Amino acid sequence: MTCTETEILLHALLDGELDAGHAREVEAHVENCPHCAAQMRAYRELQQAMAAGQLRLTAPASLRQRIEKAFPVAPQRASSRRSVLRGFVMGTALSTAMAASLFVAVFRTDQDQRVLGDIVSAHVRSLQADHLTDVQTSDQHTVKPWFNGKLDIAPPVVDLTAKGFTLLGGRLEYIDGQAVASIVYRRRKHVINLFVTQGAPIENHTAKLQTMQGYNIRRWTAQGLEFFAISDINGEELQEFVEKFDAALNPPKGA
Amino acid sequence: MAGNGSDPHQDKARRFRDAALPCLDDVYTLARYLLRDTADAEDAVQECYLRALRHFDTFRGPAIKPWLFAILRNVCRGEFARKSSGLNYIDQYVGGETDKDEDAVRPLWQEPQVSPETETLHQRDAQTIRRLVAELPEQFREAIVLREINDLPYRDIADVIGVPVGTVMSRLARARSMLRKAWIAEEGTST
Repeated sequence: MTCTETEILLHALLDGELDAGHAREVEAHVENCPHCAAQMRAYRELQQAMAAGQLRLTAPASLRQRIEKAFPVAPQRASSRRSVLRGFVMGTALSTAMAASLFVAVFRTDQDQRVLGDIVSAHVRSLQADHLTDVQTSDQHTVKPWFNGKLDIAPPVVDLTAKGFTLLGGRLEYIDGQAVASIVYRRRKHVINLFVTQGAPIENHTAKLQTMQGYNIRRWTAQGLEFFAISDINGEELQEFVEKFDAALNPPKGA
Repeated sequence: MAGNGSDPHQDKARRFRDAALPCLDDVYTLARYLLRDTADAEDAVQECYLRALRHFDTFRGPAIKPWLFAILRNVCRGEFARKSSGLNYIDQYVGGETDKDEDAVRPLWQEPQVSPETETLHQRDAQTIRRLVAELPEQFREAIVLREINDLPYRDIADVIGVPVGTVMSRLARARSMLRKAWIAEEGTST
């Protein structure tokens, strides 16, 4: 790799956008080239200073109000007759659920960061220690029963080999002090760890992309379980994985 | 207004609100960096949300943030491009009128009123960085803001700007190189 190539690619490396092969090439070049090494240090420093600078701004409350007013929905979810009725039907179940979700919302941020940190560590460990899978098979009907008795959930295991994500196997992990299932997939040379945990929030929410230590993480809930997909593939491919997984989990009606 | 929850318009508005409102700070941040003016940024963000609600039916996912950014970018480039005199200023500035006087540069980034007592060194640093970012030419500024401040992956930046990923990468490289030079020049003048 030449200096000219490296000067551009080192930015992709700093941004966590390079695949493992190119990352190694850039790193190898930087190790032997004082010029590029200096560039790398300089831009890393710039990146850190920008991150520390808290350059993200907060929208003024007046703007938020202006926008909310412009919607035909009252901001406090004015309860319609229908939803009041539903409230009666659901009765205590609903209020308990709402109280629980409030509780969850309040305590979420701290715990979220810890959980995400654990997820990243578990992913990195699985790549380093050559301990990717406890049960190694591409057969979903072998992986799923393997978790029996090891967890108090039955994680859904779907084979997405035909869709471009090869099922490698399963593994037991500990996230935030809790035993969770990890289902391992491969996309080209990239490993995707899919962590499945219990205690998901009540509502189903769609996948949200987060980046931590250069890894992309998509987190969503379905069927009362919480899913975290983590990998070094780009955010879009990870989303594709999420969609394929979800589609396999909920086949269209009539299929 | 207050009425039946099954009204499709209200339903759409509610879905839009739940999806788009959490991105407000991000959209506002991008608007501030693109337009470099508080009042214009607020107007542009409001216009962006109204447009996004109107076109919410055409939103195909997966992520709403890049979609909102693309709309905001159109709003900024259309209506507000005329008003924003910043670009002319940049051209003059880059074109050799190298007056590095603080006051000459300041109008590019209008900081909302901050009382001097609460202004710590850290905040002053942030203000300096913001100004340096604001001084970058538009195409480099938007690339670096989308990457470093809004934390978008290259793929999404490429979608928002409408250029290939390779272009995103080279613009970022260029933006960082310019920013670093300006940063060093700044340290030279301020100390």
